[in-house]
Formats: sequence, C-alpha cells, structure tokens
Amino acid sequence: MAEAVPMLEAVGVSLRFGGVRALTDVSFQVRQGEIFSIIGPNGAGKTSMVNCISGRYRPTEGQIRFEGQDITRLRTSRRAAIGIGRTFQNLALFGHMTVLDNIMVGRHHLLHRGFLPGMLWWVGGAAREEIAHRREVEEIIDFLEIQHVRKAVAGTLPYGLRKRVELARAVALKPKLILLDEPMAGMNLEEKEDMARFILDLNEEWGMTVLMIEHDMGVVMDISNRVMVLDFGRRIAAGTPDQVLADEHVRRAYLGESDEAVPEAQEAVPT
Amino acid sequence: MDWSLLLQLTLNGLIVGALYGVVAMSFVLIYKASQVVNFAQGEFLLVGAWVCWWLLTDWQLPFWAGFLVTLAFMTLFGMILQVVVLRPLIGEPVISVIMATIGLGIFFQALMKWIFGVFAKPFPPIFPVERVNLLGLEVQTVYLLSLGISVLIMAGFAWFFSVSKHGLAMRATAFDQQVAQSLGISVPKVFAMSWAISAVVSSVAGVVVGVVNGVSSALSFYGIKVFPAVILGGLDSIIGAVLGGLIVGVLENWAQYIDAEWLNWGNMYTIAPFYALILILLVKPYGLFGTRNIERV
Repeated sequence: MAEAVPMLEAVGVSLRFGGVRALTDVSFQVRQGEIFSIIGPNGAGKTSMVNCISGRYRPTEGQIRFEGQDITRLRTSRRAAIGIGRTFQNLALFGHMTVLDNIMVGRHHLLHRGFLPGMLWWVGGAAREEIAHRREVEEIIDFLEIQHVRKAVAGTLPYGLRKRVELARAVALKPKLILLDEPMAGMNLEEKEDMARFILDLNEEWGMTVLMIEHDMGVVMDISNRVMVLDFGRRIAAGTPDQVLADEHVRRAYLGESDEAVPEAQEAVPT
Repeated sequence: MDWSLLLQLTLNGLIVGALYGVVAMSFVLIYKASQVVNFAQGEFLLVGAWVCWWLLTDWQLPFWAGFLVTLAFMTLFGMILQVVVLRPLIGEPVISVIMATIGLGIFFQALMKWIFGVFAKPFPPIFPVERVNLLGLEVQTVYLLSLGISVLIMAGFAWFFSVSKHGLAMRATAFDQQVAQSLGISVPKVFAMSWAISAVVSSVAGVVVGVVNGVSSALSFYGIKVFPAVILGGLDSIIGAVLGGLIVGVLENWAQYIDAEWLNWGNMYTIAPFYALILILLVKPYGLFGTRNIERV
C-alpha cells in the first residue's frame, strides 16, 4: 500500500470574517497516531483552525477531511460521533455540575437508550448500560488522577484540576482524534509536567491521535512528532520540531525583525 | 376565626400551588434550555384542555384514553411550535423572541375561541365520586388526583435532570451551547425536546383545572399566575419554581381568607401574589433560588 489515508487533512482552508482573513490557504495532514502541534504568535489563527475542524466555524474555502471523509459541512454535533473530541482554550466546564456529571455528558453520543427506555430504567437495560459506562468513566478518572474530586462541583475546583476534568470529558467521547486548545495555558511547572505525561499516555496507551495548540515551546518540542507554524493566518513552516526550529521564517515570525516584542520570543529559543 | 375554613383554604392552596409549580417548572424548563421567556405558557394549558375536552365529548373517549391522546398531541404540538416558529428565531434579539411568544399566545387564544366558542364548557363527569372527605376536609377527587400527578411530575423532573442522558444534555446546553455541541449534543433537538416536555406538562395542569372549573380562555390566565411563582423562585431554578408555585397557591388562599374575614376589599385572591412578588424582589432581586447574574428582560 502506498501512503495511508491521513487521519485528518486540511486542503487549502481559508476563513474570512468580513474583511478579516483569519486563515489563508492552510493545508496540512495529521497522521494516525501522532502528536501534531500548531504553534504561532497570538492571533495567528491557531484556534480558528481548530474551530474549523471541530465545526464551530465553517471554512470560507477549502476542505477538511477526516479519515478520507469530507467533513467541511458536517454538523458540529455529529463530529463527536465520528471521532473528534476537543477541549477549549478558556475553561468550558459545566460549572454547576459535578465532575462525574461533566464527564458523563461526554458520553452522550455513546448512550444509546433514548427517552422512553430511559424511563423504564431497570426493564429497558438502561441500568446495565449505565453501569458499563460508569466503569469506563471511572477508568478515565483513574487515568487522569482526579478520583478524589469526582463528586465535587466542577466550578469549585482549582484551575489545574479543572483543566484535567475538561480533558477527561473530551476523552470520555472516545475520540480517535482529540483537539487540545492550549491544554497547559496558565499552569505551573508541575501541572504542565503532569499534563504532558497525560497527553503522551493518551497518545501511546489509549491510541488517540492528538492535535494540540500550545504556547510552551519546551513542551511542544519535547512531545510533538510534528509541528506546524502559523503566522497571520498562513502556514509558514511544518515538519519535525528540529526542522521547524531551524526554519528561518519561524525565527523571523517569532523573534521579529521589527522592534515589536512578541511575548513568545524568549521561549522560542531552545535552551 | 374559622379554623376549619382556614385549614381547608390552606389545603386548597397547596393543591392549586402544586399545579402552579408544575406549570412554573415547564416555564423554567424552556427558559433554562433556550433562554426564551415563554409568554404563551398559559395557552399551552388552554390548548391541552380544549383538545382533551374535545376528545371526551365529541369522540366519547374514556378519560384515560383522551388524556393519553392529549399528551401525545401536546408532545407534537410543542415540538412543531419550536421547529416552525422558534428555531428560525435562534440568534435573534431576546426581545424579538419574546414578542413572538406573545404573538403565539394571542394567536392560540383567538384560535381556541374560534373553534370552541367563548363560553366555558364543563368536562363530562369523570369520577364517580365528586368529592372525598379527608380528615374532615372536603377535597375534590380531581384535585386529589392532580396532587398525585403533580408530585409524580416533579419527581420525574428531578430524575430526568439528574440521571437521564437527555436531562444531562439539556443542562449542558443551558450552560454553554458551543461546548455541548462539541460533545456531540444536538442543540436543536434539545430545544425541541424542552418545548415538547413543557407543552405536555402544562397541558396536564390545563386538563385538571378544566375538569374543576370548566374549559374557557380563563385558563390561559395561569400563564400570568405563574410569573410570580417563577420569579419568586428564581427564573432558572426548577426547585424554586415548585416552591414558588406552592407559596403563590397558599398565599392567594390566605389573602382571600383575610379579605373575607376582615378587610372586604375584594379580589385579593388575584392580586396578593403580585404584592408578595414585589416585596420579595425588593429583598432578593434574583428570587429565592435564582442564579445571581442572570439577565432580566
């Protein structure tokens, strides 16, 4: 067999909001089983790209394919069923629900029993179904080490834990491809290390393909198989971490030839 | 003081209050899921009661069959209403959506008058015994049944929202539609479901009140009565809606008692809940159980 069908493929994706070009002709492929990172300065269009994949935005031009299937116009809520899960840059937990309920919402598309069988709780097999789901949910909870807070109301948890619960909820979808929008933003070093470990385990043990946006260059370069760099909505480089770091366009975008201080500039230099 | 009358009125208040609570719950359900303040809630009672009446008189169905068909009809009714009228309004300003629900209210009010006439029509007798004696208090059989149904519906709501897949999806949608979608929840389906449930539950109350007082457009006044109950409890709290309903029910009966015994102002029954509403909002502007920063319209 020649080149296998990539897990995710973006072909010439452009996204415009009126006169603002958020993305211009971006193409890339994410291969099955890899950790793929998108980096770039603030406002480069990273989150817009993820939103196109998760269905929050429809690209103005171009196509997005998932396992060979064109999903450019697929309904947002259907994407969970075909195997795409995501987390959000700004925490998006259901703050008034318990951790367990938050994660159970992630199982929504996997729970088959509808409304009426649900009412016939014991007769309809809904109880049995729930037990099976609860077992899997507990596995996810164990994996992300949030056992001690599973009955807690999500809104009351500290930031780092909430990020982990959000990840757990996305994992509960059982996605083939998981989109992580800045999973480590605002975390301290220890929390970042934990999160990096979780992402690696998800990838290696749970077999999930990971597409991640992250600002922490150290982490990105450490755990990614391949990296794509966006700047002003255009792809300026892509390749292995080493290739990307060596790329002169990337250095220019990050270090800046003008005086504009880009916040990520210091982090871009490998130490 | 006439203690037995007061006791009787309190009991009546609790029973009617439970009905208010049920209607208030279905009102809150729509608000929670889709942020729509539904001014046509009272017309749900009206439509449900008329349909049931029609099935029982013109079609001569037994009560239980007519009741079940009514429930099935109202499920479709709520769903179609959402899909046809409210779905195109998603994303429009809140005030437009509210105007649309007011329009719906007027439309169904008029439609029912056109089809069934303007006079109150009694239900055919349903229960062999009109009233039962409960510890020395007279209670209409239908009220006793309605109390049972109300409690059942409330328990059903509690179960639905805490355990069931769709209840969880509804709570998730109420909190953040974008996130809910990313988790595979179809938001349009959740909206349609919330309207369907709301219509069904309201029509139960409509039928009960119709059996007691006869069916007429006065039924839609319940939609207004429910406002003090809902706002008392907090616009987005199901428990608040139930408690608000009970409080309003008891309050109006006590007000009537006080009025009849001492004041003789007349009409306190209707007005008292609104006085109480103003007083409570002065102290707790978000209602007894409401989320603090919800937007008021």
